[in-house]
Amino acid sequence: MEDSILELKGIEKSFGSSEVLNGIDLKIKKGEFITFLGSSGCGKTTTLRIIAGLEMPDKGQVILEGRDVTGLEPHERDVNTVFQNYALFPHMNVEANVGYALKLRRMPKPEIKEKVKKILELVQLSGYEKRMPQELSGGQKQRVAIARALVNNPKVLLLDEPLGALDLQLRRAMQLELKKLQKKLGITFLYITHDQEEAINMSDRIVVMNKGVLEQIGTPDEVYNHPMSSYVATFVGNANIVRGKIVQIQGEEALVEISTGKIKVIIDPNREQIGQEITIAVRAENILVCEECKEALPAVILEKSFSGGQLRMVIGLEDGKEIIASRYGIDSHVQIGQKVCVGWKPADAIIVDREEQNDEKETF
Amino acid sequence: MKNRTKLPNIYLAVIMIIMYLPLVFVVVFSFNESKLTAAWTGFSLKWYQTLWHNEGLREALWNSIVLGVLSCGVSAVIGTIGAIGMARVNYKSKGIVEYISTLPIMIPEIILGMVFLAFFSLLNLPFGMTTLVIAHTTFCIPYIFMMVKARLVGIDKSIAEAARDLGATQVRTFFDITLPLIMPAVMSGCLLAFAMSFDDVVISIFVNGPKLNTLPIKIYTQLKTGVTPEINALCTVILITVIFILFITSALGNRGRRTDKGN
Repeated sequence: MEDSILELKGIEKSFGSSEVLNGIDLKIKKGEFITFLGSSGCGKTTTLRIIAGLEMPDKGQVILEGRDVTGLEPHERDVNTVFQNYALFPHMNVEANVGYALKLRRMPKPEIKEKVKKILELVQLSGYEKRMPQELSGGQKQRVAIARALVNNPKVLLLDEPLGALDLQLRRAMQLELKKLQKKLGITFLYITHDQEEAINMSDRIVVMNKGVLEQIGTPDEVYNHPMSSYVATFVGNANIVRGKIVQIQGEEALVEISTGKIKVIIDPNREQIGQEITIAVRAENILVCEECKEALPAVILEKSFSGGQLRMVIGLEDGKEIIASRYGIDSHVQIGQKVCVGWKPADAIIVDREEQNDEKETF
Repeated sequence: MKNRTKLPNIYLAVIMIIMYLPLVFVVVFSFNESKLTAAWTGFSLKWYQTLWHNEGLREALWNSIVLGVLSCGVSAVIGTIGAIGMARVNYKSKGIVEYISTLPIMIPEIILGMVFLAFFSLLNLPFGMTTLVIAHTTFCIPYIFMMVKARLVGIDKSIAEAARDLGATQVRTFFDITLPLIMPAVMSGCLLAFAMSFDDVVISIFVNGPKLNTLPIKIYTQLKTGVTPEINALCTVILITVIFILFITSALGNRGRRTDKGN
């Protein structure tokens, strides 16, 4: 309990008639790299703005190091933000941008100069002090924005999709750099992204958000390998969602009947029983495609494409439902229109949406 | 191909001549020696000399400058605050309020002038510099309001938010961030408003009172006794001043646009 640096308690927020946040409860540990992951409009940026003080919650509390800061102005909080579009002051040079927070704290000028120099070294921008923001590249602007937010030594650094505007290669490099920086400084990073790869690469913990609620909080391994809901399974793991009914249980193995056939799934005998409807998530790379196999579903290959070293296939089941399968390398055997069977190892099928059968959640 | 490009050029030339020939005429004849404006008798600067020694005109010029500076100053404050305020709020009647704010430059001047005359006599305000400043401020505000409003649209809201996030109060954010960013717009709005105030006859003539003359009124009343080359000389001076002001305005505008590219 003592090591939680930031705590959100029952945060609710609506804009007009649309509810953006619907009861956010979260404890963030000191020195943690935590990522809010969700598609656009899920409320992740609003959550960040509430923590920064740029937005007031309708209900709930923001507690920073044991102090309730809910009603405080942004300048009264010990958190700093890296904005999505950098938000550098266009009329100030790099040095003035980075040193602005220190100037506000009435630090003597030589000291500001020293600190700015140090932090610019840290983000590898030494010698850029006199440049104006418009003379910098996207990646450099991003570094200035990070330096500007870090110079104040905030308790928590909030980063709102900071790498969104950069190209893929630069983004990958910056991911590593940010992670290194965070480890070195030991500052708590609260990172926002809609890119699951980014979240998995950088985070200690991931918070998956959907429609104003937290779907799942866990380590990258937990959310990727053990998704709790179909939304998490599809958003983080690119999983296929299949619904079916348990018709037979043998130890931990159950036979599940879905619309076009029967398939084996590993279940928890204490929670599942015969006759129960369940939702199963199977990641694309775990879908097996074979010409003849047992306990598989007859299907036909509809589409195939190759990208990022992966072959991606869209396979249609007999009832028209589409299954996405992917594997490394090019498999020249599969042809569009070819009749195949799809299946998966029972252990690769993950039961999701266990507690509540919430129809509002994104389904396949 | 050649014929295609010729016609627009001829058209352009004709329009330019029609528009600017009278101006050229005035400038040229301000250097004419003869008192008659009809015939050229030789080059001379004597009309500029008599202009310089004309007490009445000099006083009127001074009045016009004071009036322009005062009304621009007052409307700069009102117009800027108004534009910033309008950018922050978001209610349904916002569009109407904005429209009303720019109305003074769309109402015919003669009507505005009459309205001011009636209103100030109703209030028993002594006609003079005060009434002139009030009237001029009214039609100067929209220029500054519109300029600043347009500039604010181009400024990313998160820039001000970043300042607050870094520890600046709202007031500090205004002076450190918002004001420097909108300053080019405020300045060019002011210069435009000044140019409008400086050459206004219609509204001024209703509210200037018996003793106080502004430069345009002075010129206008002098014209009744015939055009003298002295007036030509004066017009030339004003023309050069206005061109100079407009040049500065557009230079400021360009600078503002350049800093925009920062984000």
